[in-house]
Amino acid sequence: MASTRGRSKATSVSEDRPANNRENGDGRSAGASAPKEELLKFYNDMLLIRRFEEKAGQLYGMGLIGGFCHLYIGQEAVVVGIQAVQTEADSVITGYRDHGHMLATGMEARGVMAELTGRRGGYSKGKGGSMHMFSREKKFFGGHGIVGSQVSLGTGLGFAHRYQKDGGVCLCYMGDGAVNQGQVYESFNMAALWKLPVVYVIENNKYGMGTSVARASATTDLHNRGQAYGIPGKPVDGMSVLDVRAAAAEALDHARSGKGPFILEALTYRYRGHSMSDPAKYRTKDEVSSMRETKDPIEQVKRLLLDGGHADEDELKAIDKDVRAVVNDAAEFAQHSEEPDPADLWTDVLVDA
Amino acid sequence: MPIEILMPALSPTMTEGVLSKWLKSEGDSISAGEPIAEIETDKATMEFEAVEEGTLGKILVPAGTGEVKVNTPIALLLEEGEDASTMQVPPPAAAPEPAVAPEPAAVPAPAPVPAPPAPAAAAAAEPEAPPATDEDRFFAKTVRQTVREALRDAMAEEMRQDPTVFVMGEEVAEYQGAYKVTQGLLAEFGPDRVVDTPITEHGFAGLGVGASFARLRPVVEFMTWNFAMQAIDQVINSAAKTLYMSGGQMGSSIVFRGPNGAAARVAAQHSQDYASWYSHVPGLKVVTPWSAADAKGLLKSAIRDPNPVVFLENEILYGQAFEVPEDPEFTVPIGRAKIVRAGSDVSIAAYSIMVGKALEAADILAEAGIQAEVIDLRTLRPLDTHTIVESVKKTNRLVVAQEGWPYAGIAAELAARMMEHAFDYLDAPVGRVCAADVPLPYAANLETLALPQPDDIVAAAKAACYR
Repeated sequence: MASTRGRSKATSVSEDRPANNRENGDGRSAGASAPKEELLKFYNDMLLIRRFEEKAGQLYGMGLIGGFCHLYIGQEAVVVGIQAVQTEADSVITGYRDHGHMLATGMEARGVMAELTGRRGGYSKGKGGSMHMFSREKKFFGGHGIVGSQVSLGTGLGFAHRYQKDGGVCLCYMGDGAVNQGQVYESFNMAALWKLPVVYVIENNKYGMGTSVARASATTDLHNRGQAYGIPGKPVDGMSVLDVRAAAAEALDHARSGKGPFILEALTYRYRGHSMSDPAKYRTKDEVSSMRETKDPIEQVKRLLLDGGHADEDELKAIDKDVRAVVNDAAEFAQHSEEPDPADLWTDVLVDA
Repeated sequence: MPIEILMPALSPTMTEGVLSKWLKSEGDSISAGEPIAEIETDKATMEFEAVEEGTLGKILVPAGTGEVKVNTPIALLLEEGEDASTMQVPPPAAAPEPAVAPEPAAVPAPAPVPAPPAPAAAAAAEPEAPPATDEDRFFAKTVRQTVREALRDAMAEEMRQDPTVFVMGEEVAEYQGAYKVTQGLLAEFGPDRVVDTPITEHGFAGLGVGASFARLRPVVEFMTWNFAMQAIDQVINSAAKTLYMSGGQMGSSIVFRGPNGAAARVAAQHSQDYASWYSHVPGLKVVTPWSAADAKGLLKSAIRDPNPVVFLENEILYGQAFEVPEDPEFTVPIGRAKIVRAGSDVSIAAYSIMVGKALEAADILAEAGIQAEVIDLRTLRPLDTHTIVESVKKTNRLVVAQEGWPYAGIAAELAARMMEHAFDYLDAPVGRVCAADVPLPYAANLETLALPQPDDIVAAAKAACYR
């Protein structure tokens, strides 16, 4: 793994951001520290997503996963940092780069991986695939394949939170590619008009498929996209799980207190291509390797744990081993779970009235 | 045991590729996620990244090798503590098929292949009987109501008994409905349950579907279905498909309703019949009432239904009055057609406004000595094929009247179904009476020419009777 020696604090990230990363408006680094248990959980949860996605890439390579498969590698701090400050009442919805969100909400690695392999043990019984998984129990509402559609749907989840007065907020994720879809603004308008409890999380990984944000968006400060509707927005270093956690707490407080929606722009980066078949020729290798070497969200937490004396290499190795065991178990399950019963072709089209 | 690194599939369609270049040499240490080779797929040249960490023990397929099958071992990776002596080079031709099958060593005996599912179109099968109904008994006590009033009462009654039902749309609350269908609802139920939306069909359709995922029961009014083309992605991709894509977890109990089809001289963009569009889609139910009683009974069923229902009304019918049962327990099951006039010589199937025109045609035909049986389809999906077939068995002739265009329309679907289920009973080709295959014109005379009229139905029925 690339060395990050010489960087001792996660806070250094906010001093040395990638080109499109901007300082927080207030100039301070939001979350410089966290208790040991929380750091260990961050490390574990992000590593689980990383290793899970690497395994998914491997199974894809072996032909065990088909179709489209969009990996979350590099973006782990976004969803893990936000999940840390959610409550059980909150709902989550996202687009199709969704494996990380599922794992972060506590969905089982086995069920997610078995859905990727199209087996009956998958969350959608093999009928949804990588882009379409759901868990009512974990309040994870998908998993949607049409860019931007989850923004209207998530606004509806926010509407339902308010209607049912359950105290929940919808975490509605979208990529930088979604922000130019018309329905996003239709939704922003209604959410602001009705003060719906929604936090819109824009995961700005700099590229909508192969088109950079600057080539797609007339204004690139995406957290300002709610200004026309009076929706406050804030950028956050999406490679720092602590910064994300702090910014998400502020955003959730805002939405939960009845003030309406909030836009959080997480400046992040995906290491892999848009999907498995993307050679990523639209960016330089240096850009990718520089991100991996200097900004990696997992390495940052690892350094905080080691340098803070919270854990030693052996403890972290033990976590690595446990995570790998979970992922390997999921992969085994996903390969041995049966294919769907052919009779299931005809089920789940309609609910019996 | 060293780990075999296999030739990866790096696109959905790749079965073999070129190993262009090794980025690591034997003896190099490798960390997870690090690129180790360049591979040319059927689409592009990609970097291939290591999944496990270790030391590159042996390269099995040299750089520049072409036609390397997916899943061929291309290198051996030594894990921590292993050295090169543990390596056993697999035989070169060991590429397992790049099939969607587990790795050979780990495979349990394959389960016997179950019998293939029934084909989609079981041509010879008898059409299913429609759902049972006791709707007729409610007509003992009726009140005369317009379709508009019946629709409003249906919503109000369902809102009274289920607090999760709410109505949203443009001008539904304070304005009392662009066509006054939601008149009075705001006063009774308040602004939280009768929600005026901005003019933002795509957005509020999606919002409604999202709310239905959270187990609310939205009634989403489109001011007309013409505007719902802005929203059709959410109706189909989100409302209709999510139950299936979620393996049955995430149903959407939602009604999309509003006037459909031509009104009166509002020209092409405001006059389209979307019946065949939505009826095409599995995961939707499509309802097209004609009478006020059916409008009420079917809308109540639609609101109670756990599935997304597309409810196609008609502006011209809003003001027409019919006898409607008074009992709030009256409902009409979705999926059941109704014989609205019995006859023996020719069957005429129609939906929505065309039912009235078909009845006018039947009167004219009766004067000519032809007894037409008129079937109000009421629901287009699921279609009550059974009732149509039973009628055709009696009359041996079918004419279908629809306001929509002929191409790939409901009448075409019925013609196909008659070939599948009633071929031997037909004494004449199925007749289609449709709108002219043009955008609807504004001029009064052209509009009348473009829309199907009772005389057109009469002509088609006579042709079917060879008269």
